[in-house]
Amino acid sequence: MSAHNNNGVVTPAADAAISEVLEKKELRSWKAAIALGVFSLVSILLFLVFPRHGETGFRWSNKDDLISLPTWNTDAALTGQVVTVLLIILTAVVVWATLKTGTLIPRTRRIIVTAAVIVFAVAFMVAFLAWAMVGNNVPVTGLLLGTVSLSVPLIFGAMGGVISERVGVVNVAIEGQLLAGAFCSAMVASLTGSPWVGLLAAMVAGVLVSFVLAAFAIKYLVDQVIVGVVLNVLVTGLTSFLYSSVLTKDAATLNTAPRLSPVAIPGLSEIPVIGPVLFNQSALVYVMYIVVALVFLGLFKTRWGLRLRAVGEHPKAADTVGINVARTRFWNVSLAGAIAGLGGAYFTLVSVGSFQKEMVAGAGFIALAAVIFGRWDPIRATLAALLFGFASNLQNVLAAVGSPVPSEFMLMLPYVVTILAVAGLVGQSVGPAASGKPYIKG
Amino acid sequence: MKLELRGITKKFGAFTANDRINLVVEPGQIHCLLGENGAGKSTLMNVLYGLYQADGGEILLDDEVQQFAGPGDAMRAGIGMVHQHFMLVPVFTVAENVILGHEQAGFAGVLKMKEARARVREISARFGFDVDPDARVGDLPVGVQQRVEIIKALSQDARVLVFDEPTAVLTPQETDELMAIMQQLRAEGRSIVFITHKLREVREVADAITVIRLGKIVGEADPTASNAELAALMVGRSVDLTVHKEPAKPGSEVLKVSGLTVLDENGLKVVNDVSFSLRQGEILAIAGVQGNGQTELTEALLGLQQKVSGSITLNGSEILGTSVRSILDAGVGFVPEDRNRDGLIAEFTIAENLMLDRSTGAPFVKAGSVQREYRDAFATEKRTEFDIRSGSINSFASELSGGNQQKVVLARELSRDLALFVAAQPTRGIDVGSIEFVHKRMVATRDAGVPVIVVSTELDEVVALADRIAVMYRGEIVGIVPANTPREVLGLMMAGERHAEETDASAEVSA
Repeated sequence: MSAHNNNGVVTPAADAAISEVLEKKELRSWKAAIALGVFSLVSILLFLVFPRHGETGFRWSNKDDLISLPTWNTDAALTGQVVTVLLIILTAVVVWATLKTGTLIPRTRRIIVTAAVIVFAVAFMVAFLAWAMVGNNVPVTGLLLGTVSLSVPLIFGAMGGVISERVGVVNVAIEGQLLAGAFCSAMVASLTGSPWVGLLAAMVAGVLVSFVLAAFAIKYLVDQVIVGVVLNVLVTGLTSFLYSSVLTKDAATLNTAPRLSPVAIPGLSEIPVIGPVLFNQSALVYVMYIVVALVFLGLFKTRWGLRLRAVGEHPKAADTVGINVARTRFWNVSLAGAIAGLGGAYFTLVSVGSFQKEMVAGAGFIALAAVIFGRWDPIRATLAALLFGFASNLQNVLAAVGSPVPSEFMLMLPYVVTILAVAGLVGQSVGPAASGKPYIKG
Repeated sequence: MKLELRGITKKFGAFTANDRINLVVEPGQIHCLLGENGAGKSTLMNVLYGLYQADGGEILLDDEVQQFAGPGDAMRAGIGMVHQHFMLVPVFTVAENVILGHEQAGFAGVLKMKEARARVREISARFGFDVDPDARVGDLPVGVQQRVEIIKALSQDARVLVFDEPTAVLTPQETDELMAIMQQLRAEGRSIVFITHKLREVREVADAITVIRLGKIVGEADPTASNAELAALMVGRSVDLTVHKEPAKPGSEVLKVSGLTVLDENGLKVVNDVSFSLRQGEILAIAGVQGNGQTELTEALLGLQQKVSGSITLNGSEILGTSVRSILDAGVGFVPEDRNRDGLIAEFTIAENLMLDRSTGAPFVKAGSVQREYRDAFATEKRTEFDIRSGSINSFASELSGGNQQKVVLARELSRDLALFVAAQPTRGIDVGSIEFVHKRMVATRDAGVPVIVVSTELDEVVALADRIAVMYRGEIVGIVPANTPREVLGLMMAGERHAEETDASAEVSA
């Protein structure tokens, strides 16, 4: 940093050395290698030790599709053998890349590992489906469509979670926000006959839950996790009570919501597989695409996002440049509530058409897990939510065809995936530094 | 811009942090605000910066009364602050940190990052900083982070700049560079308030000096005033800044550390292959800028670090890898760096804190119950011996001043039969009176034949106490040198430069 000349006088070096970035050492992580190894063992067990014989078809399109793709028929046992070999090779690749930590360029190594993990997951899934559904057709489009359906509330919830946590308030109340949104949208849409007013009501309901969270967490500095948990219990109790004491008394006028029907986007919806899955959906799903894009761009490219993240990372620094920490937190937690509320409306205005007791059934917590799994990044959180949605849907599909895996076991699947994800299997999760910490001025 | 504070008063409950303070800073002037820790300097600046609202008095800029509802108002009025604890978001880039709060944005609030980067480059070029606008602040060394703070203030074209204890985290060389920057800012006609408690720095750059004690202005001094005069003003009585000690009479070797390596939770070597030895009756001071592995080294000596390798022998037996309890029983006394977090339990009384490490058996505990009479008698005795100023032995530790808290820690640690005494930052944030006391006790401990390790980031303290000085940089000991080594050499060593005398000194040690 400095030069020491003959007189013992110190002069600052003229060149660039001062702003040298502190060297960072890359750490070797065996998590990916171990996970792949375990799944390789599972595939050896399933596909080589207990193989099932017969044909499995992968159906890529429905009868009335404009462009019709042929169904792939595969031999389950053969697929299993080929895939197992592939998985072992991929595991070896990841082990090699892990051993080379420090010698490989970090970026190259990350790309190799990520690509290997993705190929591994897809290959394993193909072989598993072929194995589990021998003698049946796998409705690929249906499987993906169901995934999106189940993921929509999770994604809305996760976006609410990302915003809230990024601004520094842990949002355990996503469950309550979803449930309040579901309840209010059902009732208001039934009363007004308009699903659009129902959506608005869902947002208001989510905001109201957020107000309570924000008031206690920001103004009264109550532990945010505790407020969140209590809110969930409160909303569950309140909606259940109102459901049995009000909604069921006159279900025809109060709990028969008009549903948002799918709207096919001309052109796009004709694309095989992707079209029917992504572009023949209800308006709420299109809103979701926009919300995810806006949250992502907003967080990282705009003044709103910069201030929001500053408040969540280092509230005092934000305060010293004139940003009102409490106000920023309050309104953004409210915004998070509005977005999560929309997710709740999906249950009543798209999936079911009426409110049922405790119909959210833990989706809020899975959304919270998606936030952490997605490392507080809107896009990654969305992908995580889709993964959880896929796990849930897989269980539905396998239960329907009567797979050899007990359905009780399959019911655990989404939650097992959640636990593995949150336990940091996929990498270190470091959240916003000040998330969960109340800001006390001075 | 001329800054004037008139009769600023700030109260926290019954406590008056600032009592009718008047201060005038002329343009092109460096005005030093000198005072001990807790004298009210930072409070005053937080009032000026709009973080606190004054209970009385007014702030004038160029003779116009200002009303600051928050820091945003103060910034717009032309006041910039370089905070003691940097107000930077570690995960943001330099440019993002600089624009935060007054972002230029286009359609839909989309940030104009290109302009922001250009602004950072322009300002850093003017001062020869060479800061990369796209570097992540958390990855930058502290000296550079401080420059980002300066750029942040200047990007708003601050005409009044406040530097709050800016040298605490810098090496002596970086301090010199900062002084040069301050002089350059002065030459540009800005008004500068420089807050510090280090006398050397004051005399180097100040045009005017105001001394503040217990929230009141107690006097103004000329930059030509002697250290003793300034110190007397600061403390309110004449103080003896030198530590009196006889030359060390080292006895037999007690502690031998060889090849000690400590990994942090990320697997980085925070202490890297450190070796030294220590004899009876000598003080080894460990110097270095904060965060170069001193904390981890002292914690490793007490067995608090998990991932350690190498060897630490105390009186010939290996203590590395044994429990904290057995290391304490082997006679290691330890004053931790952060007394509030690691040294005391704030909600416990003085008497309880004094017996914290002796809850395993007699005489404090018999048959599982605390012997209250013994405990209280012990506490009463220690309270007198260590001059702990408190209501009673049943006062809570949280009610004590920093200096008295530190005396409680010292009393506890020095009341056992010690084979080694380790003190990390023993005088940080405490008043001059307590500093004198702590220094005296450490020398007394040495004279009683106990080897002492003291870690300090204050070079004055290092030089005053040490019989030998080990300088740490990035986890390594760059050299062990005698106490009379020139400051410039120590400064360079603190910046990582190995010194020729190192070999001589270590030869002397191993002899």
